[in-house]
Amino acid sequence: MKFWLLALLQTLLFITGAPLLAGWVRWFKARLANRRGPSPLQPYRDLAKLMRKQTVVAEGASWVFRGAPYIVFGSTLLVAVVVPLIAVHLPTAAIADVIVLVGFFALGRFFTALAALDIGTAFGGMGSSREMTVASLAEPAMLMAVFTLAVSAGTTNLSQAIDFTLHSGLVLRPSFLFAGAALLLVAIAETGRLPVDNPATHLELTMIHEAMVLEYSGHHLALIEWAAQIKLMAYAVLLANIFLPFGIAEDLSRTALAVGALSIAAKLAGLGLLLALLETVVAKMRLFQAPRFLGFAYLLGLLGMLSHIILEAG
Amino acid sequence: MSMHFIWLNAFLGHARRNGVRLRKPRRQPLEPALLYEVEAAGWGRVAATARRFGMRWADTWAVETEEGFLIQSLLEYRGDYLLLRTGQPLQGAVLESQAPAFPAALRVERAMRDLFGIDFSGEVDRRRWIRHQAWTAQCHPLRKEFPAHGSGESPVPPDLDYPFLQARGTGVVEIPVGPVHAGIIEPGHFRFQAVGEQILNLEERLGYLHRGVEKLAEGRDAISLARLAGRVSGDTTVAHAWAACQAMERAAGVQVPDRALFLRALLAERERIANHLGDIGAVCNDVGFAFAMSQFGRLRELWLRMNGRLFGHRLLMDRVVPGGVTIAPDQDAIDDLRQEAHWLRGELETLVRIVENTPSLQDRLIGTGILDRETALELGTLGYVARASGVRHDLRAESPCAPYDRLRVTVPVHETGDVADRLRVRADEINASLDLILQILNQLPEGPERAGWTPPPAGAEGLGLLEGWRGEVVAYVRFGGEGKVDRYHPRDPSVLNWPALERLVRGNIVPDFPVCNKSVNGSYAGHDL
Repeated sequence: MKFWLLALLQTLLFITGAPLLAGWVRWFKARLANRRGPSPLQPYRDLAKLMRKQTVVAEGASWVFRGAPYIVFGSTLLVAVVVPLIAVHLPTAAIADVIVLVGFFALGRFFTALAALDIGTAFGGMGSSREMTVASLAEPAMLMAVFTLAVSAGTTNLSQAIDFTLHSGLVLRPSFLFAGAALLLVAIAETGRLPVDNPATHLELTMIHEAMVLEYSGHHLALIEWAAQIKLMAYAVLLANIFLPFGIAEDLSRTALAVGALSIAAKLAGLGLLLALLETVVAKMRLFQAPRFLGFAYLLGLLGMLSHIILEAG
Repeated sequence: MSMHFIWLNAFLGHARRNGVRLRKPRRQPLEPALLYEVEAAGWGRVAATARRFGMRWADTWAVETEEGFLIQSLLEYRGDYLLLRTGQPLQGAVLESQAPAFPAALRVERAMRDLFGIDFSGEVDRRRWIRHQAWTAQCHPLRKEFPAHGSGESPVPPDLDYPFLQARGTGVVEIPVGPVHAGIIEPGHFRFQAVGEQILNLEERLGYLHRGVEKLAEGRDAISLARLAGRVSGDTTVAHAWAACQAMERAAGVQVPDRALFLRALLAERERIANHLGDIGAVCNDVGFAFAMSQFGRLRELWLRMNGRLFGHRLLMDRVVPGGVTIAPDQDAIDDLRQEAHWLRGELETLVRIVENTPSLQDRLIGTGILDRETALELGTLGYVARASGVRHDLRAESPCAPYDRLRVTVPVHETGDVADRLRVRADEINASLDLILQILNQLPEGPERAGWTPPPAGAEGLGLLEGWRGEVVAYVRFGGEGKVDRYHPRDPSVLNWPALERLVRGNIVPDFPVCNKSVNGSYAGHDL
């Protein structure tokens, strides 16, 4: 019972912390450009504002358009349930493994794209087609990175994989380095960050993710934005906890949990800084460079797998 | 003046051989342009001759008088301006189109058909242009009989049936964009025909910002017209106000004091720098490089604050008035300006180096939206857009008005014509303008900042010609009785740069359109009037 309660608490922390991470990245990015920038708490205010605002639905929109925000938020919520944040060995981790996790993301994306097509605007169709181009290349790359991990750890369960890294100590595994780099590139593409997509743009014609959700407003938009923030957080937590799980709580003692919470906060803050730095020094790449970028991620995943077989197996 | 118009006899010879008779009237009211009268039947042929001769078309406009329409075309060759004028009756006016010779004239002629009811014949586009749904096809709002308060319904019904050029084929899609955009920019509609992400054709639909500037000008006095001219396009307020004042001063024979002329140039160069700073940042931001946007935005803001502190208006509106300027900088102000120019040069060097040395940014800018030199010349493209495509055209150097004739003007030119070059030209022009500002401050003559205004007699006309920050600005003013304006016609450089955008995006991908558009940065207000 205690475990389930903790799992629930962890999920709540996950989804309530996600806007802070997004706000933190935005704030630090502003500082890097010598701007004062909005407070890191701004995403909370934006969400609260959107929740209160009137929801306008396009004429002729079907249930797909109305239902998509809930499906997207729901599937992302499931991700937050499954991904270990401050403690491993929680019962929720057994619900799904990494492959299902990829599936959760795919489900959300599928409905976002469908909803964008549903209302029949030019931008929705354009965004869907672009998102699917990116996704069809990002998913294999992500799976390749995941498989490398699974082969090394001997499991596709996240909690057990983290446990494996934790207990094999600080060993430099080339396969993990490759897989980590691949996952990092996929994370950038999947969460719609620079240089693949620009989350801050107002230019309809250049958008990928934003073009799909242009017609959303009010609490629909709030759910979609929140889901995007949770997705960013999920990828950051995956990167932090799979490759550098040190500090994560293995039992339910108070100190262990406190250390777990602090260490993940520090890791996320660090990853946020890294992302902000990256987004400051690069411009967005041309749309048709994205396949090359993701092809490179796939190649890294493949190299990880090969180096595991050649160097580490047996 | 001896070197000017040495080509004129050759041109007149060509025209004569093509069967067009040009007559030089004894009175030449539109200096520095040379006025020639053309018979109406030769209107199309004279354009064809001018085109073959290598002349550049700058503008065409109509003036309604009691005897009929006066239609005039402004052409330029080697820095000299030739103004061709012909007459047409008020009812049933039909002229041969000059658009077959000068494609950029097409929209201007379409707008004249909408606004005056002057028809143009020939194999040309006969769709309406500036007329959306605010008035019917039988209403011609720039005619004197049309009431200034308008006659249409309010609000204006949506413009749904405009016949855009269509593309057909497997996988061809049509993408409508605007007139309302996701960002806070001016309204304009863009219709793309694309295959996948590749642009086959772009068609612009402008006119959403038509405020009736030319109609609003009628009946104003000189000071009031200068204020209106400063609002033709908010970012070009100095150049338009100066051009209008130049036209009015030439019509009235008012001598502007030397000090005022230098101060006007100072304001114009400050306007150029402020806009270029904003543009460089905005172009970088359009490809996701927000760092440059913040940094160039910071420089622009500090620059504008200096305007506010020293001249009383951040954007310098209403500082240029008939007879002179309303600013009177003292020695301290001049020292501040000098210091600021040196400061900006240093800042700019650092930032331009960062922009040039960021590979991911340059990857987006180089080779994007190329406008080749031939197209730039064919369309009569102006300003930095032309100069990035290897066309060395700058009024400040080629046909300088005072005080530029007493200053050393450098004209930066680049050859490729891509977005990167349009950015480079802007950066170089900031430096050239800083150099001009220092020259102006060093040579600033003593004396009054403003001369008295004497209203000219009815029928007096004048022409203003200047290099604004976007390129050549034209203003024509004709006075009626009691010193009131009878006709004011401004021509923003955007009129000639909008068609260039349609051409330079062809073959590019749809998500690269915003950066191409920003690199040209045409004014919607300046075009729509």
